[in-house]
Amino acid sequence: MNVYKEEKIMKTLLWGSALFTVFILIAILSFLIIKGAGALSIDFLTKIPTDSGEKGGIFPAILGTLYLVTIAVLTAAPLGIGGAIYLVEFQREGIITKIIRFGADTLNGVPSIIFGLFGFAFLVYYLKLGVCILSGGLTLGFMILPTVLRTSEEALRAVPRGDKEGSYALGATKLQTIRNIVLPQSFSGIITGIILGIGRAAGETAPIIFTAAILNPVLPKSVFDPTMTLPTHLYNLVSEATPDKLLNAYGTALVLVMIILITTYSALLLRRYFTRNIRR
Amino acid sequence: MIMKTKIKIENLNLWYGTFQALKNINLEILEKCVTAIIGPSGCGKSTLIRCLNRMNDLIDSVRIEGRIFIDDVNILDDIDVVSLRRRVGMVFQKPNPFPMTVYDNIAYGPRIHGIKDRKTLDKIVENTLKESALWEEVKDKLRTPALDLSGGQQQRLCIARCLAVNPEIILFDEPCSALDPISTGRIEDLIRKLKENYTIVIVTHNMQQAARVSDYTAFMYLGEMLEFDTTKNIFTKPKNEKTESYISGRFG
Repeated sequence: MNVYKEEKIMKTLLWGSALFTVFILIAILSFLIIKGAGALSIDFLTKIPTDSGEKGGIFPAILGTLYLVTIAVLTAAPLGIGGAIYLVEFQREGIITKIIRFGADTLNGVPSIIFGLFGFAFLVYYLKLGVCILSGGLTLGFMILPTVLRTSEEALRAVPRGDKEGSYALGATKLQTIRNIVLPQSFSGIITGIILGIGRAAGETAPIIFTAAILNPVLPKSVFDPTMTLPTHLYNLVSEATPDKLLNAYGTALVLVMIILITTYSALLLRRYFTRNIRR
Repeated sequence: MIMKTKIKIENLNLWYGTFQALKNINLEILEKCVTAIIGPSGCGKSTLIRCLNRMNDLIDSVRIEGRIFIDDVNILDDIDVVSLRRRVGMVFQKPNPFPMTVYDNIAYGPRIHGIKDRKTLDKIVENTLKESALWEEVKDKLRTPALDLSGGQQQRLCIARCLAVNPEIILFDEPCSALDPISTGRIEDLIRKLKENYTIVIVTHNMQQAARVSDYTAFMYLGEMLEFDTTKNIFTKPKNEKTESYISGRFG
């Protein structure tokens, strides 16, 4: 076999691997659309469920998931970005950075149900927040914190040293350099980390079962109320599996995936908008 | 003409961890002259000029002993590093314009030092670009990304950016090592012109460049300053054997 043939085969295989990723996404999406599109209607999106999800809509679950994701991002983004800035710009490499990085990586590997348990024991019981949006949102925030921290860290570290030195050499302080040079250039990577976090936070069931989710189809009035959520609602519908519930389950799944796709895409647009002047 | 000493380095020693990079350096740099520091790679010349604007502060595990006076103030004391760096500008080896527009690059320094007025900034941008011989080339491109400029233009932009905060001293750290001969020539012309208003220290391992642009030359070798004299003397009758063999190209 000659080298050209070999290269052609390799190229085809690699192309196949790349294509497969897209294929899975398309497969899942079309599966959900075929099975779930029938459930979708304005009422489905705007009404509360009746007959434990057999009829009616999923509005409280949509709202609940949006609340939870918002709180999770508001928790994880400042802590994660702040921690990453500390690691990259303020702390010289050594035992402390190693411990923090090891901690974040380990936290990233902790199963989501353990976060749920921790949120339940610490936030719900010990801090007496109760089962509510705040408890669930914070739990999800803790869960995505390591992702945001590590991706932000990589993004900050990728800012060329020459740019920072150029700024310092003009008499800029550390904070001015971080604000004007480092953050604008790492914004794109930081947003990527947050997108990954949003996707995970919106979809996870285990961390919110004990901390935020209820079955009662009522709209939360504040973050101190519990709420329905899309993943837990989906879980309940599937576990009771009557034909109507299954249809609504596919509809719910479709809505959940659409929400994640829309947030991801908006974040990408935001990223493009903010980095439009930055080219390398 | 009586020349005033602008920078006076006394018994300067510097260590990176346990490695001693500068050994008992003594040097006087005169105002509004170009002083070149030459020597083979790793001799400590970049380390030395990075002491003059305290750039080494950014590096972990650096220890410095000795004194550096700029206008009779020891800058190694507990001084305001921010205002020191305004007075002592630096142009780096690799052109490092920020990923912003040409205009914003130059306005960066004045802005962080509190100049917000649009007209003032416009004036600074125009003046410094003229001073760095770049105005004619970029006057219609002020709003384009600085990284679209050629390497030589980027380096002159970095010089303009440095001039924009009104320094007294400009440090050039091998400013032409990433540039082609024509761009190098332009930068050298510029350096000769700038010395009318600024005190200039240039590190280079291009000896012809030192000979072309500088009034005084210091030769460094393995962290020591072996010889310092007028450029003419260094290149025509060096006293030190090592200097002589370096400038005649026997090592380096």
